[in-house]
Order: sequence, then C-alpha cells, then structure tokens
Amino acid sequence: MALQDKYKVLLDTASASGISDLQYAEQDGVLQIRGTAPNADVKNKLWDVYNQIDPNFLTGDVVMNVDVSSAVVGSQVRVITQDGNLNIRKGPGTDQPIVGKAAKGEVITLISRANDQWWLVRTNGGGEGYCYAQYLEPVG
Amino acid sequence: MNLRKDFMVLAVAGALALSFSACKSKISDADLKAKVETVTSTHPGVAVDVKEGVITLSGTVGSEAEKTALAETIKALDAKHTKNLVNDVIVETAPPITVNTVDADLIPKVVDATKDFPSVKAEVKDGVITVTGTLEQARVQTLKMALDALNPKKVDMVGLTVK
Repeated sequence: MALQDKYKVLLDTASASGISDLQYAEQDGVLQIRGTAPNADVKNKLWDVYNQIDPNFLTGDVVMNVDVSSAVVGSQVRVITQDGNLNIRKGPGTDQPIVGKAAKGEVITLISRANDQWWLVRTNGGGEGYCYAQYLEPVG
Repeated sequence: MNLRKDFMVLAVAGALALSFSACKSKISDADLKAKVETVTSTHPGVAVDVKEGVITLSGTVGSEAEKTALAETIKALDAKHTKNLVNDVIVETAPPITVNTVDADLIPKVVDATKDFPSVKAEVKDGVITVTGTLEQARVQTLKMALDALNPKKVDMVGLTVK
C-alpha cells in the first residue's frame, strides 16, 4: 500500500489520461504498472510524472510498461534515437545483420510488431527490416 | 350463538396474528434495502435484494476480506433487521500482473536493450535487472523505459552514477 501512496499522483494521472486497461499491483516490494496509452504524449507524460516522484528512477520500486495503442500495423512511427541513425536489421535481435538505417526524426511505416521489443518497419526508400521498438514513437 | 362466538374468536385470533406479523417486521423491505444500500454504495459491484426481511447480496468484490467485511458491516447496521443475510457475493480477483523472472529469456533482451549504452553494465538474476556504471542524465529515462518494457521483477539502478 505504501508504494501506491508514494506514486499516487502517477496512478491518478494514469487513470485520468485515458489508460483504459490500467493495472497496478505491489509485487515483491515493486509497484508493477501496466496499461495502454491512447498516444505517445500520454505515455511520455506518465514518465515525466514518474521521474518527478523518483528522480532518475534510481529507487527501482516501480516497473512501468505502458504500450501505445496508436502503434498499430500500417501506422506511421517516428525515429527517436538520441542521436544518429537507427539500425534496421534482418531479424529481431541485435545479433542480426544490419540491412538499413533510418535517420533520427524520420517517419517510417510500422508493418508488424514481431514482439514488444522488435517491430518490422518499411522506410520511405522501400527498405524493410526490424527496429528496436523503444526508438520508435507513434505519430499522432 | 355458538357460531357467532367462533367467529369472534377467529376475528380476534386474526387480528392478533396480523399485529404479531406487523411487530415482527417493523421495517418494510424497501426501507431495509435502502438502509443496506448505504453500506453497499461504496462497493459498486454489489447488488442488494430484500424479500420478506431476508437480505441477499449478489455481484462481485475484489477479495474474500472485502466480502466478509461487507457482511459484518451490514449485520452490525441494525441487529434486529439485518441478521437474515444471504451473502452470494462472488470474489473475483484481478489476474496477476505478468512479471518475467526467466533469466534465460531476459538476458538476451537486456543485451539488446543496453546495446547503445556502453558505459552501463546490466546483470540479470531471478528477474531483477541490476544496472551499474555511469550514464548522462538525458538518457536515463530511455534506458529505464527499455528495461521496464521487458516486464522484469525489478530494475535496480541504485548503483548507477548519473552524470
């Protein structure tokens, strides 16, 4: 219960931001949070609130995995690497050969979600391959 | 004459029976229902039905403790009228949140997630990802988001130095 009090603002924000399937529970001293945000802005807002309560997330008493519902097959996604290009690989894994690159800020097409970590994309040049999902943000 | 006397006895007995039954349930089913609903209103999944003084609770609650506490509160509400309680409430616990504690599955995923963070070391044990090393502040959230997306038991970054 104590963790739900500590992160009350985060949970309240999540409830108020249209996370329909919001689920949270304290398990083994960690507040596990799951849900699907209507768009990337809501997801980012939740992470901002989390960062305010636990600066730099160092305490480790929360695991928050929030998906974005607008990341559907055929939608546009923006490359959000820190700097530099995003590798496009032949298969889902960093051990797979690089078959292409997408520039930071480039908007490309999501073809399918192989799993939560790796998404199959198509670049504007027509190249296809797998990208690490954390570096892709749904547009709109 | 006898017939008339019998009739009188019957009438008196009838009146008595009526008054007894009226005494037994001073409160109407509707009033009793309203009374019980003052307790159940804070439990949105629970419905109340009252028939001839018997209260029946139905619907769902989140735990066995909530079900018991609800019945106790109602019984204590008005000991005379709320003791006939049928508790048909069903306990429905939410499915537990999935946490990945299979290290063999987590380790390659952690390798993928931390590939672009060469100054950081991440170890996996029993579903707990322990992060050490140094990292510039602007990239801490990206790392934490990537690791949380793997549904680990915990992401321990106490040993991480943020520049």
